[in-house]
Amino acid sequence: MVAKGDLNPKRENYSLLIKGGRLIDPAAKIDATMDVLLRDGQVAEIAPPGKTRGTAHEKVDARGLIVAPGFIDLHVHLREPGQAYKESIATGTAAAAAGGFTSVCCMPNTQPVVDSPEWVTWLQQAERGAVVNVFPIAAATHASKGAVLTDFRALQRAGAVGVSDDGKPILNDSVMRETMRLSSEINLPVIQHAEDTRMTDRCSMNDGPTAFRLGLRGMKAAAEASIVERDVQLAQQFTGARLHVAHLSTADALKAVRRGKRSKSHVTCEVTPHHFALTDADVGEYDTNFKMNPPLRSNEDREAILVGLADGTVDAIATDHAPHAPHEKIIEFERAAFGITGLETALGLAITHLHRGHRIPLGRIVELFTSGPARVFSLRGRGTLIRGSHADVTIFDPQKRWTFDAAKSHSRSHNTPFGGAQLTGKVVATIVSGRVVYRAD
Amino acid sequence: MKQAARGSLLGIEHLGAPDILGLLKLARRMNPLKPRPLLRGKRVLLLFYEASTRTRSSFEIAAKSLGAMTTLVLSSGSSIEKGESLLDTGYTLRAVGADVIVIRHPQAGAAALMARYLDIPVINAGDGMHEHPSQALLDAYTILRHKKTLKGLQVAIVGDIYHSRVARSAIHLLSKFGARITLCGPAEFLPETALNLAPGLHITRTVEDAVHGADVVLTLRVQKERLAGTKISLQDYVLRYQMTMARLKLAKKDAMLMHPGPIIRGLELTWEVADCPQSVIVEEVRNGVPVRMAILARALGRAR
Repeated sequence: MVAKGDLNPKRENYSLLIKGGRLIDPAAKIDATMDVLLRDGQVAEIAPPGKTRGTAHEKVDARGLIVAPGFIDLHVHLREPGQAYKESIATGTAAAAAGGFTSVCCMPNTQPVVDSPEWVTWLQQAERGAVVNVFPIAAATHASKGAVLTDFRALQRAGAVGVSDDGKPILNDSVMRETMRLSSEINLPVIQHAEDTRMTDRCSMNDGPTAFRLGLRGMKAAAEASIVERDVQLAQQFTGARLHVAHLSTADALKAVRRGKRSKSHVTCEVTPHHFALTDADVGEYDTNFKMNPPLRSNEDREAILVGLADGTVDAIATDHAPHAPHEKIIEFERAAFGITGLETALGLAITHLHRGHRIPLGRIVELFTSGPARVFSLRGRGTLIRGSHADVTIFDPQKRWTFDAAKSHSRSHNTPFGGAQLTGKVVATIVSGRVVYRAD
Repeated sequence: MKQAARGSLLGIEHLGAPDILGLLKLARRMNPLKPRPLLRGKRVLLLFYEASTRTRSSFEIAAKSLGAMTTLVLSSGSSIEKGESLLDTGYTLRAVGADVIVIRHPQAGAAALMARYLDIPVINAGDGMHEHPSQALLDAYTILRHKKTLKGLQVAIVGDIYHSRVARSAIHLLSKFGARITLCGPAEFLPETALNLAPGLHITRTVEDAVHGADVVLTLRVQKERLAGTKISLQDYVLRYQMTMARLKLAKKDAMLMHPGPIIRGLELTWEVADCPQSVIVEEVRNGVPVRMAILARALGRAR
């Protein structure tokens, strides 16, 4: 269940002791059985079992479980303002808590678009009812129309952790160059949804045998890779520029990111669980729960991404949680909205496919959910549990087998391809600022 | 996902060979000139979101020849214009008493979507670039009026295969029965990935190679506006791919020239080819009626 949230409870004089769990904190290079004492919203102490000093108001028995820094999702759509029929900040963050995420970064493609400091502030107000930390990403251009840049400094001051026209990529070279230049001055990450939409007109899935079989126009991998290649070059031109490639899905785009990283420019990327778990063949007979953008790709792309996840090229797993109402999904495939929900299945998919399926160590998976994403957006004091960090903790059972029931999702929408999926690895408790906000039933 | 109602015909891809043979056999017993009241009292809804001459009229005549009532709903002039969704239109037609819905729609998967949510059979009369199963069945029926078997038959399919639901359905059907199929067209109309559609496919970019020694030549319509977005000009296309008498002569002597229609004389084929003795274009249209009678009879469980 998810606690009725209030992110600013009286933090003083409250303490919580997490006992006997296996602490995996990649940033601190810890993988050992440890007790974790949280006090006043911070990590007060890490010590071998039974060795913490002082008492705690509450104790959580984590024996047999993994204790990790709170998970961070760099890419969610909370749909507020304006589209609460799909999701609200309250329901979206409840789903996040159930998925082990203590922080989510929300995309600005709402109605209206979050392109002003006022909306950035609005998203963070307590009245929104968030149960986990919400970090807004602001639009890079006014109304995300790709023409006039927003006021990056003011947006950053209001709390924006990055700028992006997600869903509406910045195609114009000079606008993108100016975006990189201005953001580099204030060290603000630019997040690009890499898609040359001039190549993907009327396309609804990946180009390949399945699209041909279904008679659907296919998006070519080059539509993603060409934009990533251009952006990586632009990022190299400005000292301090930070390019983050959203939901990277193709082998060629991954190559471009590798080149960028080797050239020492600040390029990072995220991968979604559905892109490492599924391929375009899974679209089957026009199942719109398998329709998202970027689309599910070929198995070759999927395998390249698995390599990138294992070898460190990929910085973070992000869900691109994109809730939609039934009337936007239960329609003709080509007309259906792009996007699927993903917060509650991310960990299970990662452990099932990456750890069990491809022998990626749990430590690396925890890194992809914690210190990796924290670094991408410079979320200070998060993604680690060293003393003095924010008391955001995710406790999970890596062995637990379970079946995801989409109807019981905390999200307002149920557009997931993973309904009925049998997964291994489940969140047991989610702690934000030292308070338990979710505990598995 | 839910299953389509029994008797639905959504495509050839997932149809078994015995099912196809059953339909073809049944079609042979159907004769529009000798009406049989197999579907008396049944209501056949023809729901057309796209223009159609052949498919629409032959489904209607097929239904009436079997004693059914037909009602035609076009997207223009109906509540579809007011924004009613596909499924709500389906529920409405079901509520007024439709026993079967025949649907033509510009979007791939439209028939499958409707079939998944309705408890009456849905017949796909063409969905976007996906499938046109009744056309493939009537083509197979036509071929079998002239050839003993589909097995080993050399078939050339020439033209805009990428955009063609007729091609996809024909390829599935002919491949299931062991025909040797050569696909021919410029890369814009025939991506290499087409080879994955079914077993036993070949691609050539040279129409002479495709036609050489063929038993059946299936030409496809080419829409001028689709050439506009490609590197190939109309003149180039005509020069390289148009079916001419000279090219048709490369096929077997008794080769059949087929085309699903509408034909554009002077574009994908010449005037002479359209009317030559080997052309079965008009016969295809005629055969559409008994084949669609069989499809409707099967849909409503009156396949006798």
